[in-house]
Amino acid sequence: MTDMTLRQWLLTDAPTSRRHARLASFYKGWLSLRSNSMAMFGLGILVVLVLAAALAPLLAPHDPFAQDLANRLQPLGSEGHILGTDSLGRDILSRLIYGARITLYIVALVALIAPAAGLLVGTVAGYAGGWVDIVMMRITDIFLAFPRLVLALAFVAALGAGIENAVLAISLTAWPPYARMARAETLTIRSSDYINAVRLQGAGPIRIITKHIWPLCISSLIVRVTLDMAGIILAAAGLGFLGLGAQPPSPEWGAMISEGRRFILDHWWVATVPGLAIFTVSLAFNLLGDGLRDVLDPKEGGQ
Amino acid sequence: MAATDTQTKGRVRAPLAPWLKGTATTLLSICVTMLGLLFVTFIIGRVMPIDPVLAIVGERASQSTYDAVFLELGLDKPLLVQFGYYIWDVLHGDFGDSLLNARPVSEDIARVFPATMELATLGVLVGIFLGVPLGVIAAVRRGSWIDQIARVVALVGYSMPIFWLGLMGLLVFYGILGWVGGPGRLDIFYEDIVPARTGMILIDAALARDWDVFRNAFSHIVLPASLLGYYSLAYISRMTRSFMLEQLSSEYVTTARVKGLSERQVIWGHAFKNIRVQLITVIALSYANLLEGSVLTEIIFSWPGIGSYITTALLSADMNAVLGGTVVVGLIFICLNIFSDLLYRVFDPRSK
Repeated sequence: MTDMTLRQWLLTDAPTSRRHARLASFYKGWLSLRSNSMAMFGLGILVVLVLAAALAPLLAPHDPFAQDLANRLQPLGSEGHILGTDSLGRDILSRLIYGARITLYIVALVALIAPAAGLLVGTVAGYAGGWVDIVMMRITDIFLAFPRLVLALAFVAALGAGIENAVLAISLTAWPPYARMARAETLTIRSSDYINAVRLQGAGPIRIITKHIWPLCISSLIVRVTLDMAGIILAAAGLGFLGLGAQPPSPEWGAMISEGRRFILDHWWVATVPGLAIFTVSLAFNLLGDGLRDVLDPKEGGQ
Repeated sequence: MAATDTQTKGRVRAPLAPWLKGTATTLLSICVTMLGLLFVTFIIGRVMPIDPVLAIVGERASQSTYDAVFLELGLDKPLLVQFGYYIWDVLHGDFGDSLLNARPVSEDIARVFPATMELATLGVLVGIFLGVPLGVIAAVRRGSWIDQIARVVALVGYSMPIFWLGLMGLLVFYGILGWVGGPGRLDIFYEDIVPARTGMILIDAALARDWDVFRNAFSHIVLPASLLGYYSLAYISRMTRSFMLEQLSSEYVTTARVKGLSERQVIWGHAFKNIRVQLITVIALSYANLLEGSVLTEIIFSWPGIGSYITTALLSADMNAVLGGTVVVGLIFICLNIFSDLLYRVFDPRSK
């Protein structure tokens, strides 16, 4: 019974407070996302990934760094090692589970840094207009014109290999699209009546940007970030594969593929299994991103 | 604005003026973007933790040798002047000498670049010849099984790590089935048989009419090229589909159908004609992306192109080579972007 009333409370046409309205619209979005089975599938995979990362010490059957040279390169399904072992006898399943932490860490950092930087640049450029706008957007265009992976390579070369530098390099190449998007949104919002009303009440530019423009840019940014996550994961794995991201013995998935590459013809599973993990996770982000776009940004989807 | 300008200058030049203005703006933006590219690579070169002088003279050089090289590299000048020198050098095709083999970087790049171009061109051809028809059919038969296939193809393409797919391809088609040649451009006993005229082995072999070499080179390139082709196919088919859907829902298509034109004429003669310009833009962009995407592919297939060159240089801290390679790839990337932009402007009557 209480469940029904909560549902009715959430689906009411006349919200009684701001929080009520916000929760109601959130719930309606969730309902429409829930009807999209592919998006829910993606979300399910991501929940599993987060759980695996959080509970890694409990789930992993072995220490991901423990070497056991007597049992090196065991095939799939061997005793005690469901996914086999790598060239140093380390359990691949355990390394995969711990590797989920690294993947989530990289994705979370890039997904925080790049959109935040883009939002800042885009809204300031869009709101200020004039020379500020021209200069900032030119810089954005320059970064947009770069080949992303090659630029990230050059950055990592300059900064040195490592996870943090890989995150920095990917963020540096990922922010321009967000800046463009935030600017476009700001331009349409800037001239609306309610912004004029807020300005007449004496709000300064900083207050207008942070309190009244940012909240309206968020939903399209979220969609874009979710769709970009797959690209971020692939870029991070590529850097790891080239030996420029996470360093051994870290169980980063891209680095694991690079390690297994040497035995690909005789011991195929060492490189295959982490590749499947990367594929599954980026597929999940793409599916969820598509679903979120349909919910939050109906004008973009539907085609 | 443009209309009032041209009226004062007389009617004859009227159609040309806005176009010229557009071209001038484009040229200016090319210059600014390229300057930005050079500035970024210059900064990267300067924040490097490696001392460029030490890298050349070695640790045991005397102080006077060190100072001489320091002055020769112009490191005593202000940063802005150094940046000026850098631009001057790049404009003259001088990226400095490679620290590994002491040869000019530009020569190295000229040597490895045709290999990348051969691979990327073949890849984009695969993408066009499969992706465009797939996208058109997916749009025409919206919701059918072929549309679902196109969707899955694109989704998998966006989610699959290219280097992993390359490894799997090698494992299956080379390791297990033995259908294709292994890594590298040729088997070892076919190397250096045909004279290198273009640097692209398929073309060189065809010019020399040496079909054995051609066949061998083809067996080596077919896997990496299809791999790159798959990625551009994912993008091209997706874009083609959404362009076509837009056209098919417009009124002139309904009119054409009402007139009694065959479905084939409506689709290929009317709707497809109107997406050609947009398609060229997409193809130019995906070609640019392939040049970049070839970095990881080249590593997997030991393909001696610019991607392998940059990565090898990177791992041995050969900064001149890394930055030279980055600048070349960046310039081509920018040029392709602008080329597609110009094409759009020239061929789309609405933008005039």
